[in-house]
Amino acid sequence: MKEKTIAVEKDNKLKKLVKNFGLPRLIITGFLLLLFILAPIVGADFFAQLTNTINRFSWNAIMVLAMVPMIQSGCGLNFGLPLGVIAGLLGGTISIELGFTGGMSFLMAILIATFFALILGWGYGWLLNKIKGGEMMIATYVGFSSVSFMCMAWLLLPYHKPNMVWGLSGKGLRTTISLEGFYDKVLANFLKIKIGSLEIPTGTLLLFAVLALLMWAFFHTKVGTAMTAVGSNPAFARAAGININRMRSLSVIISTWLAAVGILVYEQGFGFIQLYTAPFYLALPAVSAILIGGASVNKASITNVIIGTFLFQGMVTMTPTVMNSMIHMDMSEVIRIIVSNGMILYALTRKTEATR
Amino acid sequence: MNTQLKNGFGPKIIKLLRNNTVPLMFIIICAVCIPVSGFSGSYLLNEMVTRIARNSFLILSLLIPIMAGMGLNFGMTLGAMAGEIALILTADWQIWGIPGVVLAMIVSIPISALLGLLCGTLLNKAKGREMITSYIISFFMNGIYQLVVLYMMGPIIPIKHTAIKLPRGYGIRNTVSLLNMRQCIDNLLAINIGGVRIPVLTLLIIAALCLFIVWFRKTKLGQDMRAVGQDLEVARDAGINVDRTRIISIVMSTVLAGFGMILYLQNMGNIATYSSHSQIGMFCIAALLVGGASVEKASIGNVFLGVTLFHLMFILAPTVGAKITGDSMIGEYFRVFISYGVITVALIMYEVKKRRQKSQMGQQLQQEQMEEESK
Repeated sequence: MKEKTIAVEKDNKLKKLVKNFGLPRLIITGFLLLLFILAPIVGADFFAQLTNTINRFSWNAIMVLAMVPMIQSGCGLNFGLPLGVIAGLLGGTISIELGFTGGMSFLMAILIATFFALILGWGYGWLLNKIKGGEMMIATYVGFSSVSFMCMAWLLLPYHKPNMVWGLSGKGLRTTISLEGFYDKVLANFLKIKIGSLEIPTGTLLLFAVLALLMWAFFHTKVGTAMTAVGSNPAFARAAGININRMRSLSVIISTWLAAVGILVYEQGFGFIQLYTAPFYLALPAVSAILIGGASVNKASITNVIIGTFLFQGMVTMTPTVMNSMIHMDMSEVIRIIVSNGMILYALTRKTEATR
Repeated sequence: MNTQLKNGFGPKIIKLLRNNTVPLMFIIICAVCIPVSGFSGSYLLNEMVTRIARNSFLILSLLIPIMAGMGLNFGMTLGAMAGEIALILTADWQIWGIPGVVLAMIVSIPISALLGLLCGTLLNKAKGREMITSYIISFFMNGIYQLVVLYMMGPIIPIKHTAIKLPRGYGIRNTVSLLNMRQCIDNLLAINIGGVRIPVLTLLIIAALCLFIVWFRKTKLGQDMRAVGQDLEVARDAGINVDRTRIISIVMSTVLAGFGMILYLQNMGNIATYSSHSQIGMFCIAALLVGGASVEKASIGNVFLGVTLFHLMFILAPTVGAKITGDSMIGEYFRVFISYGVITVALIMYEVKKRRQKSQMGQQLQQEQMEEESK
């Protein structure tokens, strides 16, 4: 029976291509291409659109990159991304509180965030080792409970910097903190390329490229290969003498750290720190982006990250403008919700991936 | 170690405590908070009765999928959406009072059943990760719900009344008033005992559902579900159509959640069109877990203990938080944190237990094998 189906598949190469690439991915790619073609027709500035897409790509790519290690080590999709984001937020706010400004504040933010990411990531990794098999659901709720815990902490922690705390009471951090004078666009303005209406935030893209390259190199080292082995075949990995729990912990720590750096990069592009309930649903766009890029629940690559982030962010930026000028109806938000969650749903319900 | 635990009286208490950590923790929190808050007993009692009547039906809808081994049904949100759509439609048809509520329930059945069917089918494709999948389904359907309510209601689904429609001509307003339906079931047959108003009819409806669940457990279908919940493979070998049974359990849960949402909203008196359903799943699941339920086992008793303790905490937290820290937001955040925290802890305990059982079974198997070899 199985052989027969395989034979049929071989006959039909196109069908196989579609199957490998996945119908949803094909639809999304087609949809984005359509948007790019339609944009000039409906009168939107093509280069402005492209600039927007590249900008948003540069803000989000590192958070999507954070998905890779945990998927590779078999911990599944990191729905607990908000935990790493919290480390990043702590880094950013503490760096400003300590009085650093400009580019220095960004460096310090990353340093401090690294400290928190290591601690939180270590604990998170330890927890995920206790509950192998149920990672994704628990990761989701670890993210939620840590964000809601930090909601209280932001109010109670002894921050005093006047441009961060509420003006009236003089304590408790604001919901949004402007980064002007701190690390607002420090990376984006580094070696910025400007051609007409096309702007490329070179610095941000460079940082992403460096991290992606490091990640690629890491997965070609001995430790990296061992990590992939743990994800693809735990029994084999154990037989080969690999310490599974250590590999998984390491992947979680890397993922958490990347999430922390990712949110800082996002903030420098966006220009604001968003606290309290803002990190709640940050994991979903990152998860769906990497899935759109062609990753599955247990396999992901750097290419997946780049393609996925570009497609997802392209869709997010293009839909509102094109839709608005075409039918005067802003359905982008709804489309975003349906597409991103539909993609996650598709990945979760594929039979081949369900039994591992 | 296990044999040590089984003997003696002391370990028994420890086991009892360990199995009921969450409810006990809540009882302690509430016991500390009640005097601090300074609320009067009759106020608290009144609030509690209202909230039990409002929420119990929704929480009861979670029991059936747990029985079928599908975990906490985060997809109950789908039922809540169906209930809301049904209420919006009845509100537009201007059918009020009890006939309106009954009609809304009837209208909600096909929508809930359809959504439940979809959810059940998808969950069958994701065995072993039902919870995360049902959780993502609720997000996905929220998108579809917005598409229907925000864009299709008006041009495709006729909506007449401007009080419901957005000024732009299509889509539903952020809040839909159910003033003419407000508490119509609660007020019918309501009695007053010492200043506490008891909505007898609502409680009777909830009691009827409890009886139904007790009865349902004993039917053939109910037994099948329990078998499926115990072990998929064994159930399949016994000739039970596993996939069908699982779908039925989700459909039932979704339909009941739809009814529950209608009861909930008739008590509230208005629909927050785009947010009423989004948190309801989380709060219901948290309440059930606070009552001592776990991912694999939940009883009607858990529902009522849970709804009481959880909502007591809900009423107390903002006031107590404000009194202790001088900031009212702390309490708000605290209760959200507790809801998420409880679910997290319950999920972790469930997975750890599952793993421990697995390794115990492995050890047993190993022992048996060794015994056989020595023979």
